[in-house]
Amino acid sequence: MKYSEKVMDHFTNPRNVGEIENADGVGVVGNAKCGDIMKMYLKIDENEVITDCKFKTFGCGAAIATSSMATELVKGHTVEEALKLTNSAVVEALDGLPAVKVHCSVLAEEAIKSAVADYYTKIGKPVDFELEDHDHDHDHVVED
Amino acid sequence: MSRFIYADNAATTPVSREVIDAMMPCFESEWGNPSSAHSMGISAKDMLDDARERIANVLGCSAGEIYFTSGGTEADNWAIRGAAMRMKAKGRTHIVTSKIEHPAVLRTCEALAKEGFDVSYVGVDKYGVIDLDELRSVVTDKTAVVAIMFANNEIGTIEPIEEIVEIAHAKGALMFTDAVQAVGNMDIDLSKIKVDMLALSGHKLHAPKGIGLLYIRKGVVIGNLIEGGGQEKRKRGGTENLPYIVGLARALELAKENMVHLPRVAAMRDRLISELTKIPYSSLNGHPTNRLPGLVNIGFEFIEGESMLLWLDMKGICASTGSACSSASLDASHVLLAIGVPHEKAHGSLRLSISKDTTEDDIDYIIENVAPIVEKLRNMSPLWEEIVKKEKVNL
Repeated sequence: MKYSEKVMDHFTNPRNVGEIENADGVGVVGNAKCGDIMKMYLKIDENEVITDCKFKTFGCGAAIATSSMATELVKGHTVEEALKLTNSAVVEALDGLPAVKVHCSVLAEEAIKSAVADYYTKIGKPVDFELEDHDHDHDHVVED
Repeated sequence: MSRFIYADNAATTPVSREVIDAMMPCFESEWGNPSSAHSMGISAKDMLDDARERIANVLGCSAGEIYFTSGGTEADNWAIRGAAMRMKAKGRTHIVTSKIEHPAVLRTCEALAKEGFDVSYVGVDKYGVIDLDELRSVVTDKTAVVAIMFANNEIGTIEPIEEIVEIAHAKGALMFTDAVQAVGNMDIDLSKIKVDMLALSGHKLHAPKGIGLLYIRKGVVIGNLIEGGGQEKRKRGGTENLPYIVGLARALELAKENMVHLPRVAAMRDRLISELTKIPYSSLNGHPTNRLPGLVNIGFEFIEGESMLLWLDMKGICASTGSACSSASLDASHVLLAIGVPHEKAHGSLRLSISKDTTEDDIDYIIENVAPIVEKLRNMSPLWEEIVKKEKVNL
């Protein structure tokens, strides 16, 4: 699997790894069966700005790199803006991903959305966006 | 200090210098077609015959029982399909294989199932050893061929081939074994092991990729897979790949000579196993003793294999994993699932396959590097976070 330099940078030096005590929103997506789980923590201020974002990921190099990049892309932005984060924006920011790894970026997008949904639920705001039940079926391409 | 340790010999091996030297004349001067009637052809034919004879000597069979192929995959396809086609005429329309075979075997069986054959996939125990009772119960007088590997490529477990042969033969079925991982790592004497067919591949034993062979015991007849110009006694068409055949012959001779190194390799393997399983939440996959001398497979819980491989690669160590994410297929290893390893743990498996060229110093370096990588990845794993919290509660 050949990754871009940027993916390798975010894999070897992931930004914002960790947990946030008393986070305002926590999202977990993926499952161990498929080999990737992402957990996102958000700290959100009264102006709905994401002041801190941390992640923990069980997964491959691309899963770790996309988690790291997603935290960078939402940190300092409003919740509203974070909801607009797409998986392709994550892929683009990482200078591309191998085709079989694109699902990791989808997972990163979902993890952010799931954390925001948790935040909305906590503050009693309706979750007015779609949350996919992320049972991602991979493309089965070739045998090793 | 930049290290390079190749610990993925079960994937492929470097071509040895002696093999390259043996092949060179076939490119430079002996480039004739063995089928040609002129002197160039006769000389090429002599080399082909000589190579076949030398291979037969190593394997304990006769030259007439060796059929060259493009590799292990072709030999697997040919043996099973060829046997199925032939035995179908005798009313045998059942194929028996195991759940832990190489994809070349499994996909061939699946293709034959679509063509009307019944296929039984025999299970294995927690070490990956074929369930002989189940095997006895599924092999019948309708069974065309039993296809079970000599030793497993992922976990290294060696199968009880002689007992499997007896079970197959008791019902008149043909017995085929994929010995791609075993040849070169075990002493295999076909005068003693009564399989009907055996597949091997050159690139697993320091010959080039693109050459292998199918051994077909004298008297056993199977259908053809590749039709052509009458080569290999009209059983496998295509101009013989003489350079690689000569290389394969040399590689097999060297493998036989190098058997003396296997006890040392096995000792290094055991050191890897005992040291790496000291890491918390790790365990050996495969049989603890009855395993290939160079193959180690360890499952590390709460982390994913590809991440481990990337870090190991940055440290100069080439290894492999049964995790979905490392391969283009994105499926967790069917072998690990068959021995009862749960999905999440199968994703965290690490396979190290060493050789006679591996040194004790290399083993030290691998041991030093694996633990910190596992720790680093666990520290960013949400699954590990849960375990740590649970343990704190239990204290």
